[in-house]
Amino acid sequence: MIDIRHLQVTFHPGTPLENPALRGIDLHIPSGQFLTVIGSNGAGKSTLLNALAGEAPISGGSIAFDGQDVTRWGVAQRAAAVARVFQDPLAGTCGELTVEENLALAAARGRRRGLRSACHRGLRAEFQARLAQLGLGLENRLADRMSLLSGGQRQAVSLLMATLRPMRILLLDEHTAALDPRMADRVLALTRTLVAERRLTALMVTHSLRQALDVGERTVMLHQGRVAFDIAGPERTRLDVPDLLRLFEDRAGETLADDALLLG
Amino acid sequence: MSSIALLGALEIGLLFGLVALGVYLSFRVLQFPDLTVDGSFPLGAAVAATLIVHSVNPWLATLAAAAAGALAGLTTAWLHLRLGILHLLASILTMIALYSINLRIMGRPNIALLGEPTVLSPLQDGSIPSYVLTPLAFAVAVFALKWLLDRFLNAEVGLALRATGANPRMARAQGIRTERAILLGLALSNALVALAGALFAQSQGSADVTLGVGVIVVGLAAVIGGEALLNPRSVAWATTACIGGSLLYRLLVALALNVELFGLQAQDLNLITAVLVASALALPRWRAGRSLRRNGPSDD
Repeated sequence: MIDIRHLQVTFHPGTPLENPALRGIDLHIPSGQFLTVIGSNGAGKSTLLNALAGEAPISGGSIAFDGQDVTRWGVAQRAAAVARVFQDPLAGTCGELTVEENLALAAARGRRRGLRSACHRGLRAEFQARLAQLGLGLENRLADRMSLLSGGQRQAVSLLMATLRPMRILLLDEHTAALDPRMADRVLALTRTLVAERRLTALMVTHSLRQALDVGERTVMLHQGRVAFDIAGPERTRLDVPDLLRLFEDRAGETLADDALLLG
Repeated sequence: MSSIALLGALEIGLLFGLVALGVYLSFRVLQFPDLTVDGSFPLGAAVAATLIVHSVNPWLATLAAAAAGALAGLTTAWLHLRLGILHLLASILTMIALYSINLRIMGRPNIALLGEPTVLSPLQDGSIPSYVLTPLAFAVAVFALKWLLDRFLNAEVGLALRATGANPRMARAQGIRTERAILLGLALSNALVALAGALFAQSQGSADVTLGVGVIVVGLAAVIGGEALLNPRSVAWATTACIGGSLLYRLLVALALNVELFGLQAQDLNLITAVLVASALALPRWRAGRSLRRNGPSDD
């Protein structure tokens, strides 16, 4: 259960560059819910995600995970509760380390790290089994450097890494945007399977209105650092992309002259 | 080149292999250009020599030298992390400060260890000459430390250090406290370098404040030269390359100085070093250029 109360994030406060990215967000995400977040450029989608991960400077409001206030916690401190897949496949993995070393890093997320071997045999067998489920033939490439994998393969491994350890919330930051359409579909399908199988609480930022409606069970649209609308249930099921667009224009009071949002 | 000169080159090459391991840890693993090394090498020599002439057990003195090196590394890391000073500059500040500190520790510019007991004393009574035994003992010690370092870098903590250097944002997202990793890494790196300094003073029979000049360049020469030669893909190979690079560097220097044909003398050492490092750095580019000419430009 994630509780976001009147969350405010302002970049460069007190300077000419002052930029209020989040102007008071209230969001309650029950456990096991898969939420999609849309919005045009600068709406605050990424900032909301960074604030949940502990990377954004929170200037007001609070964030609580299962009743525990984590507003002042840093990224590493929150890592036991937050798993994350970045938009850039290069950002979420270490290209210089091998596939199994990357997985081993994630297998220790939020745990104390000791002097025992990071990739011991039992762990390796588990990695192989999990990689085989991806169906990308990566189970035979444990010792390959991550940099030898394609962007899509790296993103699939990132997703696997994020789900190796238990978490309170899975943050997906447009994680299919940098991939070719075929690989994007594949990674998205994998995401849905993992979230459903493990009943994960997940928040996915997306640029695609289609994806926002198709995936998950609730859609939130941000506009200028505020929640423009928040729909779920039958009301959401009835919506199609044009309805969503109309809804946005209605709430935002302006037309959407922004190619950043994909209508397809 | 005489066999004594060769063994002498091996002995120093092995000790600078330790320096290379330290430099590998900061420059390559943490991607932190750390020049503290130029101060922590003579720091190790100064601490060990001073304690030994004050009748402290030489093993204890050597250990204390490594601990002093760790402190020097922590200082650089602290200047960078807490005071926000650029990493390179932070390390230069520590290096400069250590020059004065080393003089304070020794109380004079140099200390002779002739006739004092050292960790190498047990090697001097046997029937085998010490100039043979010393490089052997150093080889055992250096490869034992290399093995320990390999184990460490493949353990959970070591992997966290490698992730911190390679991708700090990702490392933090995995719950790694990157600041602690940098503190630990620089402490270890400079402990290795100070240990090398302590052993160097004991094998050469004296400690001197000027010992540190150019240590970082020699360490880098070993790391880069070893990489150019072996093109390592794993930690174990990378550390092997460090030691191999250091040995090769010493042999090339000894060769350059010993072959009369070149007419080179001891004062040309730094020039030779610079030429060797420059060639090692140019080697990958030269190789790439050659394969390009042979195979034609690639598509990408």
